[in-house]
Amino acid sequence: MSLATETTARPVEQFRVTRSRRNVIWTGAGALIVVVVFALFPYIVHSGTTAILVQAFIVLTMASMWNLLAGYAGLVSVGQQAFVGLGAYFVLILAINGTSPFAALPVAAIGSGVAALPLWWLVSRLRSGYFAIATWVLAATVMLIIEKFSSIGGGTGMPLPGFAGFDPTLLTAYTYWAGLAVTVVAMLAIYLLLRGRLGLVLTAIRDDEVAARSSGARVGLARMLVFVVAGAGCGAAGGLLAISQLQVQPGAVFSIQFTAEMAFVTIIGGLGTIEGPILGTIVYMVLQQTLASYNAWYLIILGLVAIFMALFARRGLWGLVDARLNLRLFPVGYWLRLDK
Amino acid sequence: MSWVNAIIQGILVGGLYALFACGLSLMFGVMKVVNLAHGDLAVVAGYIAIGVITVTHIPVLWSFLIVVPVMAVLGYVLQRTILQGALDRSVLATLLVTFGLSVVIENGLLQFFTANTRGIGSGLALVSGSFSIGSIQIGYLPLVIFATAVVVLLGLQYFLSTSRYGRLIRAVADDKEAAQLAGADYRHVFGIAAAVAFGTVALGGIAYGMYAQLAPTTGTDTILLFAFAAVVIGGLGSLWGTLLGGVVLGVAQQIGAQISISDETLAGFIVFLAVLALRPQGLISRGAQS
Repeated sequence: MSLATETTARPVEQFRVTRSRRNVIWTGAGALIVVVVFALFPYIVHSGTTAILVQAFIVLTMASMWNLLAGYAGLVSVGQQAFVGLGAYFVLILAINGTSPFAALPVAAIGSGVAALPLWWLVSRLRSGYFAIATWVLAATVMLIIEKFSSIGGGTGMPLPGFAGFDPTLLTAYTYWAGLAVTVVAMLAIYLLLRGRLGLVLTAIRDDEVAARSSGARVGLARMLVFVVAGAGCGAAGGLLAISQLQVQPGAVFSIQFTAEMAFVTIIGGLGTIEGPILGTIVYMVLQQTLASYNAWYLIILGLVAIFMALFARRGLWGLVDARLNLRLFPVGYWLRLDK
Repeated sequence: MSWVNAIIQGILVGGLYALFACGLSLMFGVMKVVNLAHGDLAVVAGYIAIGVITVTHIPVLWSFLIVVPVMAVLGYVLQRTILQGALDRSVLATLLVTFGLSVVIENGLLQFFTANTRGIGSGLALVSGSFSIGSIQIGYLPLVIFATAVVVLLGLQYFLSTSRYGRLIRAVADDKEAAQLAGADYRHVFGIAAAVAFGTVALGGIAYGMYAQLAPTTGTDTILLFAFAAVVIGGLGSLWGTLLGGVVLGVAQQIGAQISISDETLAGFIVFLAVLALRPQGLISRGAQS
């Protein structure tokens, strides 16, 4: 009774719940302009620059997928190179059978996503740290199995066929556009997934898994979905890798280095935000280009920075930006607006 | 007869895998830390051993007298600083930090010591010698390593069940807040547990350097993955399970190698995946799955 009186006694506050403080049309238009400008790059800049950008697209796609896993679903996978490698091999196998490698990219993504299902069934039995190493063992196993097929290059790999008729300049441009397309689709997919029901379930799990379960959130299903999407995304990135390097070698495409890059880029940029991997990729590319002549040093420095970030700046560089400006480029949460 | 031989060699090499695995299992059991840098630290221990032997000319076997204490101190310091710092934040942070450590160590070794493989004490009678029973050749080294693993596991069990620090470690592993209330500084006890685990890591690294060759990537593609497979096959949280898991893994690998020499590693992983699929709690079940 007293509760009711109290509620009515308070002045009625007007409020609205919105996705963002600014009009979403403006951010959408901004994103579209950025994509269009990027799409025009092959006409403007040198082919060396587009090659570097393709590398950035690969890293950004992989890091965004890893961020979805670790930052949103709490799944630390150190075996994502399994999907990078699978994606590369899907493109290779299709190219051997006469499909254009570019047309094979969507197949590589879907194939890797489908492959993620049985792998999830195996690794989902373990939690947290043991889950992490299990994914690593899986990646090693997948590589060892693929190495057994000599028709796709066995242990030494083989060059990617299907580029015979291409003019080199045109090939660079096509590769670039393919890279841009993969990245845009991947980011859009993540954005839409996190805006939707899955995003809500994942946020609920992150805040309190037991409470989420008892409220009927299908935790296992949500995590499986994330694992499959991340597998598909890393597969697409792997296919892109095969196209940009024009060859597929098991030791190279199944390298743990990819997972290291994904993880470090995400941690440095900001775990659990869509913007974080973008910022992290910029940092990564700058470091990699400056330290390219120093072999493994860029990974050592990235690793040290990532350890520092994980310990002292948990929300990464984007977290620092966000703390000052309160800015969201990809609004997936809600704002509560009170009208005075 | 070659099958019997494969099984015996597999059992013996299982001791090596148990040496890798017991430290991983101990750190998870006590601190809930899955140390992804476990294997790389074993390689570091092996490299330290090579350095110590080259500089001081002490007998190869006695190098552990220096390397084990060095690694134990490193373990205590790492646990009290970086690992505890990560633990205070979240489980996620411990994974990110140890994975970062793993990559940094591996690439650091690559940068300073090149990708060349290095052995420890190659040419010694102990390392290359063997004796035969009937048609089966048994190397002295695998036998010594297996015996070492059994001694280490017995020592660990004795230490955990009877010593003062062992009791503290078990108390803290059960409930660190309650142990803290009862007067045990759990951070210090975690440090001691890490020191013990790193001691076993040091033995594993030296043993592997003698048994095979060490390279910067050995830490992850062999030691960490085999240690983990042994832990899962044996059963999470079981000390003697690591020996059983190591033996099963070793036998699977040797049988795989009998079928085709290139299938050695794959056969081990397939048995691991089969255990994961059919009996995820491991062969020795404590009922505790996490």
